[in-house]
Amino acid sequence: MLDPNAIRERIAGALPGSEVDVRDTTGTGDHFEARVVSPAFAGKSMVEQHQLVYAPLQDWLKTGELHALALKTYSPEQWKKFGNR
Amino acid sequence: MTPELKARFDEAIRNNKIVLFMKGNAMFPQCGFSARALQILQQHGQVHTVDVLADPEVRQGIKEYSNWPTIPQVFINGKFVGGSDILMELEERGELAEMISGKGA
Repeated sequence: MLDPNAIRERIAGALPGSEVDVRDTTGTGDHFEARVVSPAFAGKSMVEQHQLVYAPLQDWLKTGELHALALKTYSPEQWKKFGNR
Repeated sequence: MTPELKARFDEAIRNNKIVLFMKGNAMFPQCGFSARALQILQQHGQVHTVDVLADPEVRQGIKEYSNWPTIPQVFINGKFVGGSDILMELEERGELAEMISGKGA
């Protein structure tokens, strides 16, 4: 069972200067959603942005400890444009 | 993935503006995520669909080809775009139309 904070710390550690929110969507510690706003995403496609977030979580994804992580990713510029929907 | 299979993927993606690797076909999608992806894409043009359930080699191979773990998978203008979540987000942001017309990133 994973803690949202543990996930948040890994993402923030891999993407310095990011704003990261993680929520347990089912209360079972294996399904989460995350919103990440990071300067590292500028100029990257959404697939590339998601891959940057998944990278520090690979071991948890492989073992199935982390079963699902729904992502919303934004560069700071995209966040200004689309963040308040 | 065999070189033959990779060549088949290359060709399908090169010859079609919008390619969807899905479970089932356009008439009978076999998965809700595939159906949703198809529905979104069809609003933007003709979609070339590949049924991954018809061939286990294709089902496994496409995941290696794109380095993405799930089906459906969308390719637009020769480039891997993502799965159903990304597709929906791009549609909501209004970026999908730009991408298909070739004006977007």
